[in-house]
Amino acid sequence: MPEKLFKVHKEEYMLPGNRACSGCGLSLAYRYVLKALRENTILTIPASCLTVLHGLYPTTSVAIPSLNCTFASTAASASGLVAGLAAMNRSDITVVAIAGDGGTFDIGIQALSGAAERGTDFIFVCYDNEGYMNTGTQRSSATPMGALTTTTPILTKQQNKKDMMKIMEGHDIPYLATTSSSFPIDLYDKFVKAKRIKGTRYLQIAIPCPPGWVFPPKDTVKIGRLAVETGIVVLYEIEDGKFRFTGRSKTLAEKGNRAPVINFVERQGRFRKMSLEQLDQFQRSVDHKWNEYMRRAE
Amino acid sequence: MSDVQIMTGNQAAAYGVKLCKVQVISAYPITPSTPVTETISQWVERGELKAEYVRVESEHSVMTVCVAASTVGARTFTSTSSHGLLYMCEQLHWAAGSRLPIVLACVNRGVGAPWSIFNDQQDSISQRDTGWIQIYCRDNQEIIDSLIQAYRIAEQVYCPVMVCYDGFVLSHTMMPVDIPDADKVCEFLPPYKPHTILSPEDPRNINPVIFPWQRRDAEGVLRDGYMDMRWKLQHALEGSRDVIVQTCREYAERFGRDHGGMLWSYKADDAEVLLAGMGSIATEATTAADLLREGGIRAGVVGIRVYRPFPRAEVREAFHKAPAIIVFEKDISYGYEGALSADIKAALYGIGIQTPVHNYIAGLGGRDVKANELAEAVRSSLAAIASGTREQQTWLNCVTE
Repeated sequence: MPEKLFKVHKEEYMLPGNRACSGCGLSLAYRYVLKALRENTILTIPASCLTVLHGLYPTTSVAIPSLNCTFASTAASASGLVAGLAAMNRSDITVVAIAGDGGTFDIGIQALSGAAERGTDFIFVCYDNEGYMNTGTQRSSATPMGALTTTTPILTKQQNKKDMMKIMEGHDIPYLATTSSSFPIDLYDKFVKAKRIKGTRYLQIAIPCPPGWVFPPKDTVKIGRLAVETGIVVLYEIEDGKFRFTGRSKTLAEKGNRAPVINFVERQGRFRKMSLEQLDQFQRSVDHKWNEYMRRAE
Repeated sequence: MSDVQIMTGNQAAAYGVKLCKVQVISAYPITPSTPVTETISQWVERGELKAEYVRVESEHSVMTVCVAASTVGARTFTSTSSHGLLYMCEQLHWAAGSRLPIVLACVNRGVGAPWSIFNDQQDSISQRDTGWIQIYCRDNQEIIDSLIQAYRIAEQVYCPVMVCYDGFVLSHTMMPVDIPDADKVCEFLPPYKPHTILSPEDPRNINPVIFPWQRRDAEGVLRDGYMDMRWKLQHALEGSRDVIVQTCREYAERFGRDHGGMLWSYKADDAEVLLAGMGSIATEATTAADLLREGGIRAGVVGIRVYRPFPRAEVREAFHKAPAIIVFEKDISYGYEGALSADIKAALYGIGIQTPVHNYIAGLGGRDVKANELAEAVRSSLAAIASGTREQQTWLNCVTE
């Protein structure tokens, strides 16, 4: 795999001096997202950590044009860009919407479902850090069971994470993929591929968040890797309905050596109040999903 | 050569959009505005109007599509009513804050709860502080003419414009409408030149987080803080008055119809009482004025055409000699009075006049308002004024016990 690193586009679109937190998984992923998307891309971004990363007026740390939009409107904003560019005869530009999990799973889902149903020609990226991290770690529907957030501060989140990939798959879109900030080559390849496909494309990036998940900033890559090793995050893509494991998850599927979820859970402060029962439920839910993927991959 | 056709207000609005060669239309159905965008969708599908038509899943997305499409340089349009407009509220602010010349036809309808599909102006009045220019039309001819004017105004001052007209009363009522010549409209309305175009050739981060204070950019130039940008929007709205009047005047020269710029008046010169209103109720008031004159009361009418920016100077000029002012309106600022009444009174402040102003809240949720009822209201107000009642709020044809 390392030899592929030489194929990664050398141009940097994320300039030095952005405003992300130290150890931010998003800033790692975003660098490769932009390298894969390159020029001739217009981004639209709702209120989120990414808004902060992009910087404060009148300076910005990103060299790709971007339109900030309201929280619920990301995919509609992309639809407007696509329509406007078509009206202006600019079919050469790729429109990319990038929202957090709150902006995708929760407040942004209506506009996203609408845009996907219309087959809008754009890429929707959800960077999933499993909570409203920009506003200070509140619970979202992407937060896993057993996690402490500032709105589940004592009892922890009682429900499982929403399966957004399944919802998006229900829209019959040509390309969906999961990836992780800890696997930049997997991420890069998927974005390069997505850019070449027409229609609505949905990519979901697992993003560890040191302050929100409560782990040291130096461990971001490690935590992201553990999520994949334990099968909590599964790297895969669904192209024209065909499911395929990719990267490290593919190896795990072949060798059958997934690690237990405790390896991921024990390193994060957000799970410090997780009960043994919740842990067991978490493991069973991960196993159940993994088995589903295994069946689909056959 | 004139092309007069019998059509509804909604069709008139659709023809206006077609003549303006709008490039992106986005819409979501809501009564009574739906026929506007239904008509446009036919033209787009038949290839009679070359435009992108985005059929989104909500009004919130409608206005978002308009904002984004306008940002990359397209001329955009939508129409809505009532809850649709309210669902857009966040995006109305965003559109004005982005200084985008979007035009919206607001087909005025009451607001729930409980549900009403019928006409009043509570919807657009409640959105008056979003930074949009608001024009209120009194008949179907004015709808098509105002839509064409709206694009020219919007694209000159970089503020969005809401063209408002009464649901059913105008939207679904057939009237003769003179459709302007398409080539003449093209001459009148030059292509849209955006203040900024978002494109890969000139990467920008549009509408990022901004601080309260000014900050220097990479070249060391001091740039606006949030409040400075807000002042510019206010300044643009205030300054749009001249553009609105000039646009209306030029339109009259080219097309032979003058709808009055900021406001219009009817038999106002010698009036001993002036009736004021917006939209179709003001038209109804002209009939009431005639009835009153038949009965020996010299009544006149001032129709407020542009509500935002408010025609402060024109209102002062129009009302300063009136012995009595009666404001009829289809909205209420709960806990105070009708919005128009409050604004007219505010405009008259400080010029040393003490005219009594009576306010009638009328026609909410489609309740019928007849000219003879307006005339009777004026007679009763004049009697009350004669006995010293300078201010009065009355709910017309309403059970108030």
